[in-house]
Amino acid sequence: MIDVMYFAWLRERIGKPKEQIDTQARTVEELVEELRTRSEAHALAFSDIASVRVAIDQDLTDMSASLSGAREVAFFPPMTGG
Amino acid sequence: MSVRVQSQPFDMGQEVQAFSVATRGAGAIVTFSGMVRDEGGTLSRMEIEHYPGMTEKALAKIRAEAMDRWTLTDALIIHRHGALEPGEQIMMVATASRHRKDAFEAAEFLMDYLKSRAPFWKKEFTADGSDWVTSKQDDEDALKRW
Repeated sequence: MIDVMYFAWLRERIGKPKEQIDTQARTVEELVEELRTRSEAHALAFSDIASVRVAIDQDLTDMSASLSGAREVAFFPPMTGG
Repeated sequence: MSVRVQSQPFDMGQEVQAFSVATRGAGAIVTFSGMVRDEGGTLSRMEIEHYPGMTEKALAKIRAEAMDRWTLTDALIIHRHGALEPGEQIMMVATASRHRKDAFEAAEFLMDYLKSRAPFWKKEFTADGSDWVTSKQDDEDALKRW
């Protein structure tokens, strides 16, 4: 089981900040493919993957990253701090 | 504390005063503060979402990199989240060094990285509704010079 978290417009589109997913996905890309099939809202949120960023266990990474040992995967739009 | 993430406002004067006392003898202090624009009176408020846990980690990492790359006595980052009104301070950075060049450069580096590598997301509220602030390619390009 991994915790999948959503922030900003991804959270709004999916309608929740967090969900627990039982997955066999080996990479972030595979997880995204799986998430897309969960609901129309998920499919919409992940329709433009170029505008989605990802962190594994609170470290920024990319879509090809391995999920081996991951406990928390977060998806969010490009950051707008400062 | 050299990195602070908080919802409550901060007093920049007090922060700079405390920072300058703590870094006494540094010779140069550079400070920068980002404020909520009023966008010609159209913006009613801003909400900043963040990723608790990752935010602190990301800010500490950015600060550590600045301390590593320049000769600094200290560096401070304060960033707010939650609801803010036009004119309010969103964040500040302060850098202290023996000479101004390091302090200026490190402050710019901190700002460039805070923009696109710290997990904050701004949402602007106007009379017409609300919109997430979109990131700019310029902000991403700004990282390339470091």
